[in-house]
Amino acid sequence: MKSEVRFLPAGDSALVVEFGREVDEAVNQCVHDMARWLEENRIPGVREVLPTFRSLMVFYDPEKLSYAALMRKLRQYRPVTEAGLAAEKTVLQVPCCYDGPDLDGMTALTGLSREEIIAIHSGVDYQIYMMGFLPGFVYLGGLDKRICVPRLETPRTRIEPGSVGIGGSQTGVYPVASPGGWRILGRTYLKFYDPNRAEPILCRAGQYIRFVPVSREAYEEGARKGGLL
Amino acid sequence: MKLQVLNSGPLTTVQDRGRFGYMAYGIGPSGAMDQTAYETANRLVGNRNGEAVLESTLMGPTIRFEGDCIIALTGADMGAQLNGTPLETYVAYSVLANQTLTMGVAKTGCRGYLAVSGGIDVPVVMGSRSTNLKCQLGGVEGRALKRGDVLETAAAGKAARKKAAKKPELSQSVTVRVIPGPQDDLFTQRGLDTLWGSAYTVSTSSDRMGLRLEGPAVETISGSDIVSDGIALGSIQVTSAGQPIILMADRQTTGGYAKVGTVCSADLPKLAQLKPGGEIRLKPVSVQEAQRLLRKQRWLTWLHRI
Repeated sequence: MKSEVRFLPAGDSALVVEFGREVDEAVNQCVHDMARWLEENRIPGVREVLPTFRSLMVFYDPEKLSYAALMRKLRQYRPVTEAGLAAEKTVLQVPCCYDGPDLDGMTALTGLSREEIIAIHSGVDYQIYMMGFLPGFVYLGGLDKRICVPRLETPRTRIEPGSVGIGGSQTGVYPVASPGGWRILGRTYLKFYDPNRAEPILCRAGQYIRFVPVSREAYEEGARKGGLL
Repeated sequence: MKLQVLNSGPLTTVQDRGRFGYMAYGIGPSGAMDQTAYETANRLVGNRNGEAVLESTLMGPTIRFEGDCIIALTGADMGAQLNGTPLETYVAYSVLANQTLTMGVAKTGCRGYLAVSGGIDVPVVMGSRSTNLKCQLGGVEGRALKRGDVLETAAAGKAARKKAAKKPELSQSVTVRVIPGPQDDLFTQRGLDTLWGSAYTVSTSSDRMGLRLEGPAVETISGSDIVSDGIALGSIQVTSAGQPIILMADRQTTGGYAKVGTVCSADLPKLAQLKPGGEIRLKPVSVQEAQRLLRKQRWLTWLHRI
């Protein structure tokens, strides 16, 4: 583990393991690696973990585990090598029908054609840095600078679930209907959040997402089948 | 057995201990704001811990019971009456079919709990019956109760041995203990002195998500923006304007404001019972001290258990 790792108290029932202060792909990989390690090496008294961009919050029961005892256990963690991290890589293919209302507007903002925008957007594995904001909302890293566009000046009052958008240097999928200011370039039939499914959330932080362009017919076929993988 | 909601009050929701295991996916725990009052209410009616109850903020509901049951009211005293007869809080009562419970505004405290023998039986969503208003899940269709709702209760277990529990003092002026961190190093010494030395008032825009505090601004070294990270129950985030917000049951899971400290678990019930206008003073303590306080509180609860 790097020397700048810090253990910080977040009250009497949670602790933060901070791997860095800025958004960084390598730092984020450490966060998810430690989360996986905690899953494989269960510490009695640890209730839940919450991975974010640069730190891992560990929730615990102070009646079973003191702050000092938890810190001692966490210090036993040894990060896996880069090769190990590459072996852990899981990529979720997300079919995307690129027919969004803002795609034409984006050509003017970027100086690129529709086809070029689609090729760039669907040409990268995006790392899920963390989830938050809405149930199943993914914060993705790795958006190409050429297709970073500012948010809409006036946010829409309703964006449909499954909408794929770009806002500033971020791209992602709206898991539920929500007001929002991201520019919408397409839609997926995959349900990132479905409370009635055995696994309500489609993916998890630490995995990767790749958008795969599909036709409108393929989108509608997928939607008819209930938005399953 | 069925309960008919004749009047819901401004914010009555189904709550239990909370929904755990989904923070990593962006779904916060929710659950009863005053967990101590919630547990006591369940015990008084003979429910297993973890059953769902109704939580009301500032004003209680009016409910007609379609069958016999046992009820208990804890937390805020909302002047409840059963068919016109005044009821005490922290006492178990037998209710007969077709009796009506009316409640008014909170005379003491802010949040009242109504437990019914058997527990409120709404579908379990992701391991909990708690209403999460932000994610619109749990409880009754993920929303607050409204007039005309009909709630079911599950089959009742054995009644409690004791019919009354110790009633806590519910003050509108409290001192809560706070563990500094995780980002207390982003504040100036003057900022921290302000925080520990001032009285703050609970703003009217406070809700189940958080208590917004009004009072002297807390000074940061160079702003309170951070790269978003996790939020714990009782986290005190400080906005760009220097105003503290204490994050409670319906909090978001992650946030981008620096968190100067976290309220001790043992003091969270006191916060849950503060109305808008209530006064808060914050006092720093160590993690070890906070964990000692919590163990002591749990032990006392066990000692007084019924």
